[in-house]
Amino acid sequence: MEKVNVIIDGLNLIAKSGKTILDVATENGIYIPNLCHHPDLIPTGNCRMCMVEVEGRRGQIIACKTPVEDNMIIRTESQDISLIRQTTLELIHSNHIQDCTNCHNNNQCKLQEVTAYVGVNEKRLNSLRRTKPLIEKDESNPFFTLDHNKCITCGICIRTCNEVQGTNALDYGYRGFETVVSTFGNRSIKESVCESCGECVVRCPVGALYPKDEKLPTREVKSVCVYCGVGCNIYFGIRDNKLVSARGDRDSIVNKGRLCVKGRFGFNFVNHPERLTKPLIKKNGEFTEADWEEALDLVAKKFASSKGDKFATLSSAKVPNEDNYVIQKFTRAVMGTNTVDHCARLCHAPTVAGLVQSFGSGAMTNSIDEFTNAATIFSIGSNTTAAHPIIGLHIKEAKRRGAKIIVANPKEIDLCRFADIHLQQLPGTDVVLLMGMMKVIVDEKLEDSGFIKNRCEDYDDFIESLNKFDLDTCEKITRVPKEKIVEAARLYATNKPSSLIFAMGITQHSHGTDNVLAISNLAQLTGSVGKESSGVNPLRGQNNVQGACDMGALPNVYPGYQKVTVPEIQEKFEKYWDVELNADIGLTHTEIFDQIEKGQIKSLYQVGENPVLSEADANHVKKVLDKLDFFVVQDIFFTETAKYADVILPATSFAEKEGTFTNTERRVQRVRKLVDPPGEARDDWQITCGIAKKLGATGFEFNSAEEIMDEINEVAPIYGGIKYNRIEELGLQWPCLDKNHPGTKFLHKDKFSRPGGKGRFFPISYKASAELPDKEYPLILTTDRSLYHFHTSTMSRRVKGLELLNEEELLLINPRDADKLNLKNEELVTVKSRRGAVRVKTNITEICPKGVVSLTFHFHETPTNELTICAIDPVSKIPETKVCAIKIEKTDHNIK
Amino acid sequence: MNEKLKETFSSFEGKEEELIPLLQKVQENLGFLSDESMEEISRFIRIPASMVYGVATFYTQFRFTPKGERHIMLCRGTACHVKGATRIQEEVENQIGIKVGETSEDLKYSLENVACIGACSLAPCAMVNDTVEANLTPKKVEKIFSISKDKK
Repeated sequence: MEKVNVIIDGLNLIAKSGKTILDVATENGIYIPNLCHHPDLIPTGNCRMCMVEVEGRRGQIIACKTPVEDNMIIRTESQDISLIRQTTLELIHSNHIQDCTNCHNNNQCKLQEVTAYVGVNEKRLNSLRRTKPLIEKDESNPFFTLDHNKCITCGICIRTCNEVQGTNALDYGYRGFETVVSTFGNRSIKESVCESCGECVVRCPVGALYPKDEKLPTREVKSVCVYCGVGCNIYFGIRDNKLVSARGDRDSIVNKGRLCVKGRFGFNFVNHPERLTKPLIKKNGEFTEADWEEALDLVAKKFASSKGDKFATLSSAKVPNEDNYVIQKFTRAVMGTNTVDHCARLCHAPTVAGLVQSFGSGAMTNSIDEFTNAATIFSIGSNTTAAHPIIGLHIKEAKRRGAKIIVANPKEIDLCRFADIHLQQLPGTDVVLLMGMMKVIVDEKLEDSGFIKNRCEDYDDFIESLNKFDLDTCEKITRVPKEKIVEAARLYATNKPSSLIFAMGITQHSHGTDNVLAISNLAQLTGSVGKESSGVNPLRGQNNVQGACDMGALPNVYPGYQKVTVPEIQEKFEKYWDVELNADIGLTHTEIFDQIEKGQIKSLYQVGENPVLSEADANHVKKVLDKLDFFVVQDIFFTETAKYADVILPATSFAEKEGTFTNTERRVQRVRKLVDPPGEARDDWQITCGIAKKLGATGFEFNSAEEIMDEINEVAPIYGGIKYNRIEELGLQWPCLDKNHPGTKFLHKDKFSRPGGKGRFFPISYKASAELPDKEYPLILTTDRSLYHFHTSTMSRRVKGLELLNEEELLLINPRDADKLNLKNEELVTVKSRRGAVRVKTNITEICPKGVVSLTFHFHETPTNELTICAIDPVSKIPETKVCAIKIEKTDHNIK
Repeated sequence: MNEKLKETFSSFEGKEEELIPLLQKVQENLGFLSDESMEEISRFIRIPASMVYGVATFYTQFRFTPKGERHIMLCRGTACHVKGATRIQEEVENQIGIKVGETSEDLKYSLENVACIGACSLAPCAMVNDTVEANLTPKKVEKIFSISKDKK
């Protein structure tokens, strides 16, 4: 960038052209007072504090909006500047109640800082004092308060909500003396569209917006958020062995300081009184407290008699890599079976199955940070702003930079506000939509033939399968107007770099793998993979679901996706672990429950999962769990599933342990111990090692999580170079082959990771969902997520504020369907499928199209998965939780 | 969407710069700006609802409650003020039972203050719908509104 010479207050400085006077001054340690400036936001210059004088220009100039020019001579102080600043400051003060010692922002207040520098004339100020009555504080939001009486109308909160968050909850309302920061209709914050992310609270320069329950911490420790797969870096504040604050790490490439409502305010569960603190053993149907010796002895004794085919482990996508590594090692090396799986089966199994076949690796091909530079972002089957809020922000940022956004989703999700094209396909018709787009691309010769020729194979078979997908058929099946399909296809194929995002809307189908293969076909066809800001990006759901897969908590692979069926690999692990290993592929999540039902599996070891709420056809799961001879649950809370256990082992939460999480972009990041564990809770790896030792096994003598990572480095090549000392500040993205390897920003750059190095096309045909609506069950139920809760809400519903912001399940239903059934808003109805029934209140909304209703699965009072169908994708074994047929009945009001 | 609103939108293209004309037209056709119509405008021209509200509340020409059958614009200009408009206002509020800026529940009356209706020689004065009521006194106020009560 071009350099310019400027003189500020007599100092000769060299600055980058394009920077503002304020930036250059600040960088060089020269203070210019300002109130409405924030480095993340577009300057508006409305506080008039940063006035400076420039030689040769008349009057005063706003430093925060004026770029430096070569040979500019700038003065930051003069008698005129001083007088203007002082007068303006007095006017600001006249509307600001003086309550400094009692104010949350005392000592951190920008107004105090500027006043200390500029000074005020007290006599004049007193004559200006406002006479307006005080406005009542807005306390409606559980996490923060809005006090208009302290507001200096700098607009930072408004601009943050617009520019950073894209929520647009706030703007200036009314005018002149009456001006206030207002929501739509001047409603309370809770009644507005505010998403409670707290970004405005963090940036408020005064005490007008302040967090309710935050205290200044004694110390801060950097760790990783435990909610979704984005993996935001957070500085947690600790005081008296409690988490008292959380702030985003501005240096983190993942979240750049930003957090969502769960990430900023959702950590009270750590200190929750319901945490499990002692091992519990079920005696005569009652859980009684036991000491660790007794509990581990019992577990070891029972496990000893159910080795091999009689045993299954469900590991956890919530616990760190080190814990997952130990758990799968225990299952394979001690229990002699490969039957270890985890909830990835219920979310991204088709992604792994599909992308491994087409590209060779089942992970996001790009980094999160690359989205902002994409020219087209195609999001299909992902409610990004609710399930991955910070990736949502990256998409919104891309949009502001001029990117085109295509959203394909049966519902009009929040991201549609930013979409250039919204394709509203019927649930379960994604294959048709994608193949239709590909047919347009091929017919209009928009494909990247060079890429197809040089980097892919099996193109001809695929092309033949396209013939069935003419636009009329596609429109009929998907209900998307064909003009829109054409428009989207052209945009994705020509406006490059194009990045594709997908999630559960693609995978949770009985043809989930076909959906994923269709996506990989589309990306290869247009050459939109293996490049910067251009690729195929499955957004992983849980904080460490990527890591749990990487660590081999899967029945067919050892750590690092090394197949259990390859003799050389088996030999390698046998040598390293010094045991004989089972060569048979183990059972998957859903198959485990089938085998328990058949009496084959006797003992189940389950870590950090809640299948009673998360598994499709949950009533079936409950029945099956009763059949187990011995069931061990290792968790932080007494979950809905824990009721069925024989032994419950209390584990530490993410806040009480060391380790690593791998986020959705393959970045391995450090999780650090923040507080001491409650009671006798132990780290998951310690518990599993304890059981292993009781069973007489060796190879479990670890003293720390870091020692486990050292072993992972040795056995899993993609983690070869991931050492704790390298990831203290910034995580590393696998593949990271040795200790000098820099990690991999995006995958498949010069060749695909399949054997042979080529990407593979797959011919695809359309298979309808297993259960379609009919006369008896006329509506399609699809499942979704709420921004305020996570998964089965074991953690989020124990955070009071999150519970207040989203108290209960609501059935989203289109007004035309509601009219037909004569339903009112918030009316209690019974939703029935062939497998179960739940009671829920209605929310009549255009978000759902006609014929489609939607529920989340966050609430145990409304167990949505008792309705869903356990139709399995034949390749990946994922159940079809995105489509089933239901009917709605009015509920008899006499029954409560 | 409300049919009247749909009809109102039909003569616009849905562009951001149409915001103020849209607000005016909607008020003209529906009498006031309801939350629902402002939200629909926000969707129609794709700008945030908070911004629609911010712009609408900036201008005094827009109202957010329906007009009553008899809409009273009480003059609070200099001349009227000097000649006792405060007392007139109190009496009007007393007679029709609502405060300035409000509309009665039965939608019969609405009351607002205006800066000057340009009839200073008749101060203190008010406009009731299109009629100027001149040289008001509390007694006269009582008379105007009690007659109307009887009539109804």
